[in-house]
Amino acid sequence: MSARDRILQRLTAVQAKEPSPAPEPEHWYASRARNESADGRARRFAAMMEGARAEVHRVDRHNWVEKLREILAAKSIGNLLIAPDTAHGSAARDGLANSGIACLAYDRPIEAWKPELFHHVQASLTAARSAIAETGTLVLWPDAHEPRLMSLVPPVHFVLVDAAHIHATFFDALRAENWAAGMPTNALLISSPSKTADIQQTLAYGAHGPKELVVLLLEDAP
Amino acid sequence: MSRQPLHYIPTTGFRERSKAVVEDDFLQKSFRGAMDFLMAKRAAQFPDGNEFESLRRLGEQIRRNSLDKLPALLTQLEANLVRNGIQVHWAETPEEANRIILAICEKHGAKRMVKGKSMVSEEIEFNHAAEAAGVEAIETDMGEYILQLAGEKPSHIIMPAIHKTKAQIARLFEEKIPGVAYTEDVDALIQIGRRVLRQKFLEADIGLSGVNFAVAETGTLCLVENEGNGRLSTTVPKVHVAITGIEKVIEKLEHVPPLLSLLTRSATGQNITTYFNIISRPRQPGEKDGPEEVHLVLLDNGRTQPFADEELRQTLQCIRCGACMNHCPVYTHIGGHAYGTTYPGPIGEIISPHLLGLEATAALPSASSLCGACGDVCPVNIPIPDLLVRLRTEVYSEPCPDARLKGQGAGYSPWMTAIWRAWAAIYGHPALYRVYSWLASRLNWLTPARQAGWTSVRTPLTPAPRRLRDLLKEKR
Ligand code: SF4
Repeated sequence: MSARDRILQRLTAVQAKEPSPAPEPEHWYASRARNESADGRARRFAAMMEGARAEVHRVDRHNWVEKLREILAAKSIGNLLIAPDTAHGSAARDGLANSGIACLAYDRPIEAWKPELFHHVQASLTAARSAIAETGTLVLWPDAHEPRLMSLVPPVHFVLVDAAHIHATFFDALRAENWAAGMPTNALLISSPSKTADIQQTLAYGAHGPKELVVLLLEDAP
Repeated sequence: MSRQPLHYIPTTGFRERSKAVVEDDFLQKSFRGAMDFLMAKRAAQFPDGNEFESLRRLGEQIRRNSLDKLPALLTQLEANLVRNGIQVHWAETPEEANRIILAICEKHGAKRMVKGKSMVSEEIEFNHAAEAAGVEAIETDMGEYILQLAGEKPSHIIMPAIHKTKAQIARLFEEKIPGVAYTEDVDALIQIGRRVLRQKFLEADIGLSGVNFAVAETGTLCLVENEGNGRLSTTVPKVHVAITGIEKVIEKLEHVPPLLSLLTRSATGQNITTYFNIISRPRQPGEKDGPEEVHLVLLDNGRTQPFADEELRQTLQCIRCGACMNHCPVYTHIGGHAYGTTYPGPIGEIISPHLLGLEATAALPSASSLCGACGDVCPVNIPIPDLLVRLRTEVYSEPCPDARLKGQGAGYSPWMTAIWRAWAAIYGHPALYRVYSWLASRLNWLTPARQAGWTSVRTPLTPAPRRLRDLLKEKR
């Protein structure tokens, strides 16, 4: 008999009692729902993110590349990692041509260029799938085009998020986007630059992941 | 790197270790400060007592319901993980878990491992087993990294290096990391750690992590962290091994948000952590990073024991937030190391007896004033004080042959039991009590100056020469 069978046997040997009542998280969340406009959610999201030391810029959805270039220049960032076969990745590449900022493409498996990613790349740009107002959280579903390490290894991470895709809570996001129907290889919630308080409870940023998190919140021009 | 093997010290020296910490003024002050800080941060996250009560009731329901269906959920979790391409292993003992992980290392010729924070890997003393097998296992959580350099064990499940000051860490870095000058600047210290560990991530062949929630319905592993080392450990190396206790499974994905909220707010007073890392598959064809193999090790190590008892099963509801230790007056005075177990504080007092047996942990259920603070803050409503009383009863009751708990009766002493029985009889019968108190007050000169454990730190108990009832009678 295997360890598996022995463990399961010990568990099933216990006289099964009636399972306790099924939890109903939807009731709890519904009872606490706010009557909030999309703009209210966007504002709450931005305020929460800024409170957690992220930079948030509310920009016209047709003009974000402009803003990106401006911030890159202000931070004297020399190169930016992009996902070339996404619409926003190619828009950034086109928009940054002749700007003096080199666009690097994550277009090959990590094994082919690991040291370069770790030592050379200064910043990255990815999209977020959606966001969460309650906690000031970005939701990322990395994929073959926009791999997982893009949002982790470069010291500065730029994220595009559509103001129309902000949910009130994580629970709402899961439900509205029907996550349970099919999970990606990796899904991520990101709520601040990387940080730690492991030395004498003193908060320090840039522990292992990005030291700076810059959010471009895409909105319709007024 | 420290090369000395680290073993958990048995709990027999509990009193001596506690005493040493209590007498150290510096440690007293720093623990007090750290716990006050964590308590204030948590309190700020739950300004609305009603919200906390209703949310923790939901959290409790989720954990209870999952435990009630545990065997079915474990097989469902396994089936879905396997369908997703994640390999599942089961281990009854720490030795078995170590063997499984080291076999995976060997299969891949992996010699360099990066570890995300995992208390279960501490529980099985993996680092020691890895060292014996010639695998370099590097802790990458900043707190754990500091402790590994110092050759120490965590003293808190959330803030492992909470007993260390920045001056101590500055000296440690200067001494152990080549080319590093003494600095007490916390940002600079973290950047030193970042630089050293980035190289380790780059070179690692395998990553190890814990699991905060394992979701049965989707076959998903969830990890909570702030630093990013957990994400690096589970994304950069070509193999990822996760290890967790069998109780960590929950039924549905929609059960995650309330538990996550309870966990981060209770643990560090954050409304959410920096990263919530949700893993459901190894790297798929066409994907450019992520591990090619993902493994999950499910560990029993005594957890099936409390599962079998309806009251003690509540122990397994725990989501390891550490709030009970932050609010425990005993933990605040003696720190985490005095307990001598992987899990210190109130949660350690109720879980360690199942992992290690009551012989080795007999003192732990009594290391509490039963003030109730732990139960009040527990985000999944575990009645910790009730469980402590139950375990005390198990320790001191007469050993019975078909005992449910390993080591039941470990603290049993026939004469002590006889004394307490006699006392109960006296106290329960007014006539007997009257005679007893009359004798006690007349013969008070007979009371011994040394009264077992009582007089080690207190003055002896001596009956008053006149009873209260006699004094009252005179007054009338
Ligand atoms: S017993 Fe409760 S308070 Fe203590 S660590 Fe577990 S969940 Fe947190």
